[in-house]
Amino acid sequence: MISIKRKSIGDVIGDVVIYTLLTILAIIMVIPFIYVIAASFAPEYEIQTRPLFLFPNEPTLDAYARIFDPADMGGKVFRSLGISVCVTAIGTLINLFFTATMAYGLSRKNLVGKKPLLNMVLFTMVFGGGMIPTFLVVKSLGMYDTYAALILPGAISAYNMLIVRNFFMDLPQGLEEAASIDGCSDIGIFVKIALPLSLPCLATFGLFYAVGHWNNYFGALLYLNDQNKYPFQLVLRNIVMQSQETQTDPNALIPEDTMKMAVIVIGTVPILIVYPFLQKHFAAGVMVGAIKG
Amino acid sequence: MAKVQKAALSPEEKAAAKTKKWMQIKRDKWMYLLLLPGFLYFIIFKIVPMWGVLIAFKDYYAGIPFMSAPWIGFSNFTDFFGDSSFIQLLRNTLIISFMNLIFYFPLPIVLALLLNEIKVQWYKKALQTLVYVPHFVSMVVIASITFMLLKVPSMEGFSGGGLYEIIKSITGKELNALGSPTAIYWVLLIQVIWKETGWGTIIFLAALAGVDVEQYEAAIVDGANRFQQLIYITFPAILGTVVTMFILRMGSVLDTGFEQIILMQNELNRTTSETFDTYVYQVGRLQGNYGYSTAVGLFKSVISIICIQTANRLAKKAGQDGLF
Repeated sequence: MISIKRKSIGDVIGDVVIYTLLTILAIIMVIPFIYVIAASFAPEYEIQTRPLFLFPNEPTLDAYARIFDPADMGGKVFRSLGISVCVTAIGTLINLFFTATMAYGLSRKNLVGKKPLLNMVLFTMVFGGGMIPTFLVVKSLGMYDTYAALILPGAISAYNMLIVRNFFMDLPQGLEEAASIDGCSDIGIFVKIALPLSLPCLATFGLFYAVGHWNNYFGALLYLNDQNKYPFQLVLRNIVMQSQETQTDPNALIPEDTMKMAVIVIGTVPILIVYPFLQKHFAAGVMVGAIKG
Repeated sequence: MAKVQKAALSPEEKAAAKTKKWMQIKRDKWMYLLLLPGFLYFIIFKIVPMWGVLIAFKDYYAGIPFMSAPWIGFSNFTDFFGDSSFIQLLRNTLIISFMNLIFYFPLPIVLALLLNEIKVQWYKKALQTLVYVPHFVSMVVIASITFMLLKVPSMEGFSGGGLYEIIKSITGKELNALGSPTAIYWVLLIQVIWKETGWGTIIFLAALAGVDVEQYEAAIVDGANRFQQLIYITFPAILGTVVTMFILRMGSVLDTGFEQIILMQNELNRTTSETFDTYVYQVGRLQGNYGYSTAVGLFKSVISIICIQTANRLAKKAGQDGLF
């Protein structure tokens, strides 16, 4: 055994190359984030004179103070953050409710009408009406310029739903049978047995849905008209894009680059907070082998 | 076989099968209640818009009632194909898409193979943690960081963004990458590489995890070196996954990341960055020309379906499993 494990010189060199290469790659991928964080704590002149740095020479909280100052940008920032938090929270709950109920319904063996329903879901995964017909449906339902338009048109991700369904199908049959003999209805079994058992799985998808809501830009761009309803990603975008050239109102304040950096950080921090929880579940194999079968 | 049996059923048996079906439906009534919200969701937000593609055959625009819009057959399509922007859109979309296919597609595979060579588990985990991060960050943040890194100096004597300065020191050119019609393609490509390469490895790593360790041990006993192990064991193990991902990629050859392009687009690069998706948004949502833009979208969907079917068939011919 020992002789097999011993490495040749070629292997060692290979290892060194691979370890170094990957380490450099991983660092390159996170450096832009570290730079933005560092720059958000730097005074404006430092950003304008130093191209890249990982730590500010004179750390300051000025940018955050201005961003959260109600007399400056605070009003817009706080309002949009509140909107994003609410849309994310409510949206995720609605996602989970729709996803779990449908997945459980489709997990029943011998359900009459299950096949056509499944086929319909699969079909929507390859063909869609497209942006404008969907927009017109949302509009004709009176959801244009409302928060419902950010939540309901994406209430179920077919892909996620099918994975949750697979999870329900793998639950031990005996438990459900026992409960049904004890006089538990299907809904009772769903609420009291299936849901608690699949809590880790649902939590994972809840996190994925939540990240999707927090990051959503397109939905708000398409369905919202009133600037006062904008979620944080749109406000972030508008602040970053403001410059001398794009300014239409000559009296408006132009945000400094440090403030732009700071709003970028605020847009990213919630993701970094949930990231460790998300990451725990990648390896669990929840994500693979969903469509087939 | 099943058909023959069905035909042989007597009327009583048929009636019995029917009652059995009804019994089943009655037994499962609560299940149908659970299915109802999801069912309604798919009907309203997925199926109705599919029926809505019919407006591609109408002269329908914002401000007129849907019913009064006249049917115009394929006019929207012929208008679109005859328009000079059609060739331009096709060209832009294909350039972005094929640059993705050539430069981005192999990267997650290579990265997964490299990660697979790392045997120190905690280090492998740490690297994965780092390279997955950009996937979860919003496109707005990615675009914003790109702006900050590529921005030109705001005043004489000031420094530009980090990447701008790096490009300047290497090539000596003062490149405004965001305002350049050709550089935008590279910007879009590098954004995709940065955001998705790490996450893209997951599916390949899962395939690699399925390889039996004994195969490697046997190969080592037989004197296979690392490279030979890669060629004869590792590569065949992930080939199926590679083919599947390739089929999916071909099916979305005209999908070019709407959010990303909308965010990176400006008046200076619009002629080269406008793709089918952004054009639909521009003409349909912003200009209110619903019928025409739906025709453009429908054209794109149909081509996509043809692409995915063709790729799937080719994969099957090559002896692979295919998707469906």
